[in-house]
Amino acid sequence: MSISSGLIAIFLFFSIDPRIIEITLRSLFVSGSAALIAALWGVPIATIIAMKNFHGKFFIKTIFNSLIGIPTVALGFLLFLAFSRESGPLGFLRLLYTPTAVIIGEAILITPIIVSWAISAIEAVDPEIANLAKTLGASESQASFAVLKEALEGIFLAGIASFNRAIGELGIAQFVGGFIYGQTELLTTGIWIELQLNNIGASIALMMILLTTVFTINLALNTIKRMRGRE
Amino acid sequence: MKAIAVLKNVTRTFTNRTVLDKVNLQILTGEILTLLGPNGSGKTTLLKILASILRPTDGEIYFDGVKVTEQNVERMRMQSTLVFQKTVLFNGTVYDNIAYGLRIRRVPEKEINYKVTQILKLVRLEGFEKRSARKLSGGEQQRVALARALALDIRLLLLDEPTANLDPKNASIVEEVIATVNREHKITIVMATHNMFQAKTLPQRIALMSDGKITEVGTPAEIFGKLSKNLASFAVVGNTFAGTAEITEDGITLVDIGNDVQIAATAQSSGKVSVFISPEDIILSKDRFSSSARNIFKGRITEILDLDSVVRLKVDVGKPFIVQITKRSFNDMELNLNTEVYLAFKASSVQTI
Repeated sequence: MSISSGLIAIFLFFSIDPRIIEITLRSLFVSGSAALIAALWGVPIATIIAMKNFHGKFFIKTIFNSLIGIPTVALGFLLFLAFSRESGPLGFLRLLYTPTAVIIGEAILITPIIVSWAISAIEAVDPEIANLAKTLGASESQASFAVLKEALEGIFLAGIASFNRAIGELGIAQFVGGFIYGQTELLTTGIWIELQLNNIGASIALMMILLTTVFTINLALNTIKRMRGRE
Repeated sequence: MKAIAVLKNVTRTFTNRTVLDKVNLQILTGEILTLLGPNGSGKTTLLKILASILRPTDGEIYFDGVKVTEQNVERMRMQSTLVFQKTVLFNGTVYDNIAYGLRIRRVPEKEINYKVTQILKLVRLEGFEKRSARKLSGGEQQRVALARALALDIRLLLLDEPTANLDPKNASIVEEVIATVNREHKITIVMATHNMFQAKTLPQRIALMSDGKITEVGTPAEIFGKLSKNLASFAVVGNTFAGTAEITEDGITLVDIGNDVQIAATAQSSGKVSVFISPEDIILSKDRFSSSARNIFKGRITEILDLDSVVRLKVDVGKPFIVQITKRSFNDMELNLNTEVYLAFKASSVQTI
């Protein structure tokens, strides 16, 4: 890295560059939406798996655990084939190279994290909590909610981990988001494309923004969690 | 007296193991009924079935004459509540814990506020509303659990070994509250215990349980008076010893329980008797010290059971004694398996049966 690249990086990092602000906000929106969607379907799935006894439970848990490490390039490529406008089974939705496609892809990517971590958090709750809620008059659903409330901290951590995985991934963003200037460009794809164009300074600036964003959001969420814990 | 709950041929099995076997029992309105039996006799399972949080594999349960079914089980739960042996608390404040059942019943927050304050007074935890429930001591936690149950307008209170893991101070508060709510609020109470002394003093009736069956039901006088084979066999587990009593010249009863162990008791009796000493009444020390206690024995620790705030020890003095001390005492005294210790208890602490 030359001195000039470093200076450019520092300048871009501290300047209020409209493009960088736009990329950062889009990244936060895409990853945040993906984490929210994954939580919306992942937490109920985890609740059912953790609280019900059925044949094949161990097998399903193993599958979700294994999928945590799925390579983003492989998932991105599969989604590219699925969303492909000419031959993909979901091509009619015309989602390829849109932020929506990236949101869907990242939600699928992080669902195993949410499900596996939430299962662990729910299973760690004292098994008598559900019975306690019931003996105090709770219905089955209210008792399940009481268990979920006890597991909230673990589920919260699952959400943070999922968001981190989503905002930092490149494979899916590249394959289904592409690099459409002003439309699908994200922090990770921005770093990659600037590197291809030999704009080392801009790449470094985007990387610093990505790391700072992840750190700041994690710090803020953990501070809120800590403050709530003290109440 | 009218029965509030009736169990007819109630059976419960867990993966081919029968925990309750055709239990027939009537719980009379306004009484304190104790389920007395050793660990594994089915007391907790019976309480969970009465609380409608566990369904029987076979048999029928009637509450106020209405059969409990899958359709009405959630409504039936509103009539009773169970306080677990191992204290279970929600994450949150004491107030949130006590308010939980009231909020489920959609009681207005103003009324909840009043009820929480009143019930905390009853269990002697005034001003504890904002304290984190899980950060309280073991005894205080159990009193919060009791308060949470009592805050509800229930008709049947189910208690699973309510004083098993408590120090004497907390145990006596809990016993006092149980007696008060039964006497003043007319709440029917079913309490599981293996504490013979508690079973002798608190309830109006006792149901003896053994291997998932109810073997005898009667008043404490009836049950302890005839000292059935079932009671004697179960009693082995909890500082209860069978022996021969003899009244000495100075008016003290000496009970020979075998293996050269003689226990002094103040109660006048002779011939075949059983004696019981509450684990909480036994003082444990590493050195022999002078005291007014008539019973002092030297022995070795053969078992250590950590029960959160208290530690239960088995000490072999020729006969096995169960002793309960606080965790802090246990740590301060640096006790271990095989440590030589002295047990001391007053002759007045010995209950003869």
